Amino acid sequence: MGSLLNINNLKTQFFSSGRTIRALDGVSFHIEEGEVFGLVGETGCGKSVTALSILRLIPFPPGKIIDGEILFRGRNLLHLKEDEMRSIRGKEISMIFQEPMTSLNPVFRIGDQMMELIMLHQKLDRSRASEKGLEMLERVHIPDADRVMKQYPHQLSGGMRQRVMIAMELSCHPFLLIADEPTTALDVTIQAQILRLIKEMRKKLQTSILLITHDLGVIAEMCDRVAVMYAGSIVEEAGVEEIFEEPKHPYTQGLWGAIPRVDQEKETLAVIPGAVPDLSQPPAGCKFHPRCPHRFAPCDHKIPPISQTSPGHLVSCYLYGKGERYE
Amino acid sequence: MGRYIFKRTLMLLPVLLGVSLVSFSLLHMVPGDPAELLAGEEANPEFIRALRKEYGLDQPLYIQYFHFISHVVRGDFGISIRNREPVIKLLKERFLFTLQLSFLSILIAGSIGLVAGVISATKQYSLFDNFSMVGALFGVSMPIFWFGLLLMLVFSVQLRWFPAGGKGTILHLILPAIALGAASSAVIARMTRASMLEVIRQDYIRTARANGLREFIVIYKHALKNAMIPVITVFGLEFGYMLGGAVLTETVFSLPGVGRLMVEGIFQRDYPIVQGSMLLVATTFVVVNLLTDIAYAFFDPKIRYE
Repeated sequence: MGSLLNINNLKTQFFSSGRTIRALDGVSFHIEEGEVFGLVGETGCGKSVTALSILRLIPFPPGKIIDGEILFRGRNLLHLKEDEMRSIRGKEISMIFQEPMTSLNPVFRIGDQMMELIMLHQKLDRSRASEKGLEMLERVHIPDADRVMKQYPHQLSGGMRQRVMIAMELSCHPFLLIADEPTTALDVTIQAQILRLIKEMRKKLQTSILLITHDLGVIAEMCDRVAVMYAGSIVEEAGVEEIFEEPKHPYTQGLWGAIPRVDQEKETLAVIPGAVPDLSQPPAGCKFHPRCPHRFAPCDHKIPPISQTSPGHLVSCYLYGKGERYE
Repeated sequence: MGRYIFKRTLMLLPVLLGVSLVSFSLLHMVPGDPAELLAGEEANPEFIRALRKEYGLDQPLYIQYFHFISHVVRGDFGISIRNREPVIKLLKERFLFTLQLSFLSILIAGSIGLVAGVISATKQYSLFDNFSMVGALFGVSMPIFWFGLLLMLVFSVQLRWFPAGGKGTILHLILPAIALGAASSAVIARMTRASMLEVIRQDYIRTARANGLREFIVIYKHALKNAMIPVITVFGLEFGYMLGGAVLTETVFSLPGVGRLMVEGIFQRDYPIVQGSMLLVATTFVVVNLLTDIAYAFFDPKIRYE
C-alpha cells in the first residue's frame, strides 16, 4: 500500500505494581497521504497512547511497546535507533498536545523555542531561523508576530499559544501532524478558529493529520476517515460520512446515540450502560460484550474478526462477519 | 529590571536600621560590663568609672545608639575595646577571608548538589539515586566539627594532601570549604531532585522530546532552567549562612573568619566588635537575599514583568 503511515497489530503495555495494563491491544490502521484521519473514543481508551507510541515517546518504565509495527514512509519506526528516531520527531512527524497552557516552556521566549526546533532540523543559522519562525507565526495569523517572538508563553492567551504550537510544529513541514485533542482545553469560539486554522494549514502544506478527539463534532467537521477505539482496540473504521450515517458496531451506535440533538424533545441523554473495563483485566472475547445489547454466543470468549461490510468500512463484531477475516 | 533592582536596594535601608537597633539593644541587655572586664578583677572603682566615660558607656542608651549609628554611616565602627584596633580594619580582613571560603564552599556544594540532584531525578530509584540520597542524609546529619576533624585526619594527617589549618593558599581553603559545604550540597541535591522530578513530568518537557531534541538538551536546558527556580532560594540561604560566619568550621581549622571574631567579641563584651560584625553579617545576608531575588527574575520571566 502507498500509505504514509501503516500501523499493524500495535501493542503497548504499562507495568505497574505487578499488574500489566494492556493500553493498546493490537491496534491497526493506516493513514493516506494528505488525509485527516480521526481517532475517536472515550478517555482512557488508548488514543493518546497510540500517538505517543508512534513517536516512541512512551515513558519507560512503566510503559513499553511490546509488539507490532509502525511503518512510516516504508520504514518501521520500531526498528530505528534512538538518534534516527529523534531526527523524525518534530521534522517528519510532529505533535500538538491538548494543553496549550502548559505545552510551551515557560522560561524561554516564543521565538527562541521556535528557532531551536528550526535550527535543529533545517540546519539554518539564527537569523534565517528567526525569519522562518516569524513567517510561520504570520501564517497562523498571529497579529504582531514580531512582538510575539520576543514574548514568553505566560503573556499569551490559550488560543494564541495553540496557534504558536501549530506554527512551531508545522515549521519543518512534517509529513504527519498528530493533533491530540488540540481544542479540548479551549473556549468554544476559539475551538472553531483553531479547527479552521488546522484545516487551512493542511490545505496549504499538504500535511496528513492524525486527529485525536472525543468530540464527535470535531470529527464530523475535520476528518476524511475515522476509527473508533474502545479499551485499547479499534472496533470500527470507515469514511466519515459513512460512519455517521451507518454506524455498525454497537459501541459506535451507542456513542452516536449519546449525541444530544436539538430536534428531539427528549430531556435525558442516552448513555451506554456499564463502565469502561479495567485494562489490567479486560473481558475475554470482545471487550465491549459486557455492555453490549446485542451480545450472543461467541462474544464472551472469542475476539471477533475484522470484517468489511462495504469498501473501506471495517468492523470488529460478530453481528457482521460471515467468518472471513479481512486483511 | 533596573527599576526593580533600585527599588529592592532602597528597601535595604529600613531593614538594616532595624537590624542595628535590635542588635544594639540585645547586646546591652546581656549582663556584663566591658569596662569591668577590661579593667581586670581587682581594679579600683575609680578606674572603671574612667573607662566607662572614655567609651561613652555612662551615657543613656539612646545616646549611645545615636552615637554608634552616626559613626557607622561615616564608615566608622569604633575601636575594639580589647586590642584597640579600628573595628573596620578587623572586619575587612576577616570578611575577605570568609568571602573566599564561602565562595569556594558554595561552588563545591552547588556543583555537587546540582549534578547529583539532576542525575538522581532522571534516574529515580536507581542505584545512583539511592546512593546519593543516603549520602545527602549523611551530609545534613554529620556535625561539622566531627566531619571537619575526619577530613583533617584522612587528608592532612594520613594522606598529607592538604594542610590541617591556617590560611595562605587555596590548598588551605579546600578542606574547610568541603566541611562547610557538605550540608549545603546535601540540601541542594535534595531540592534539585525534588524540583526536577516535578518539572520532567510537565507537558513542555514532552513537547521538547516530541520536537526531537536531544535528551541532554531536554534535561539540562529545558528542565533544569525551570527546576532552578526553587533551588535558587536554597542557594541564597545557604550562601547567606556561610557568609554569616562559619564558627565551627573556623574553630576546627583555626581560621580567621568573621564568625570567630564575633564569638570572641561576645565573650569579651567587646561591644564595638560585636555590633560591627553583627551589622556586617546582617548586611551580607540581606544583600545575598537581594541577589537571590534578582537571580530569580533571571530564571523566571513572570517575576521580571510584574
